[in-house]
Amino acid sequence: MILSDIRDILKAVVLARKEDMGMQIERAYCADLMSDVLAFSISHSLLITGLTNTQVIRTAEVATITAIVFIQNKRPDIQTIALADEKKIPLLVTDLSMFDTCGLLFEKGLRSCNGLEF
Amino acid sequence: MENTEGVFFLTGKDFKNAGAASSSLKGILEGRGVPQPIIRRVAIAAFEAEMNVIIYAVAGMMNYTITDEMIKIRIQDMGPGIPNIEQAMKEGYSTAPDYIREMGFGSGMGLPNIKRNSDTLTVNSVVGEGTTVEFSMNLPPAE
Repeated sequence: MILSDIRDILKAVVLARKEDMGMQIERAYCADLMSDVLAFSISHSLLITGLTNTQVIRTAEVATITAIVFIQNKRPDIQTIALADEKKIPLLVTDLSMFDTCGLLFEKGLRSCNGLEF
Repeated sequence: MENTEGVFFLTGKDFKNAGAASSSLKGILEGRGVPQPIIRRVAIAAFEAEMNVIIYAVAGMMNYTITDEMIKIRIQDMGPGIPNIEQAMKEGYSTAPDYIREMGFGSGMGLPNIKRNSDTLTVNSVVGEGTTVEFSMNLPPAE
């Protein structure tokens, strides 16, 4: 699916890189532990998280994460959004919980980074 | 290609710029045309090592050397040192305070993540003086 599909499924608001909504996403990883993201995510996946600090953007950058969804309307500050914009990492925010966010995206065909297939 | 060398200076507790050195290193590797999967491994290992300095040490520095054969990173810090390196290498072992965990780090994956992504890793530490972490990644022969 593409990022605009994810935006629509989650009724999300785009905080950075609106122009990148055509990016392709096939895999997702969700965590609030950035070291877990560094250890277990794969390149070009979606990160779903409740953390909103600048380290999330740095983590996404070094782990080559394509885009980030913040859950439960947790919004990063303007410096974090600016860093994401500079690093060309789209940011979205949804009102949904982590569980509902993952559930809805899974139902629509998005799969994990860890290879479990259905 | 000629070797590329350089150094980044790191300041403890400077969370605003935490990760900036690894980000710059990633850019340098991209500029040299290093394959993307290797860049990802180097960037992840460097970022974990950089975060360790920011979290635990007063200051530190990250030296890098890039040759045609390998990428070598050495991170030296003026920190508390690691009393038991073997324990620190175990996934999940951490002495980080709660405020670090709330930032998404300090889950005891730092050194294991560096090991996971590097071809060689050595850790030397003196309690009360500091820690030196040195790792390298091999590069495939040029075509």
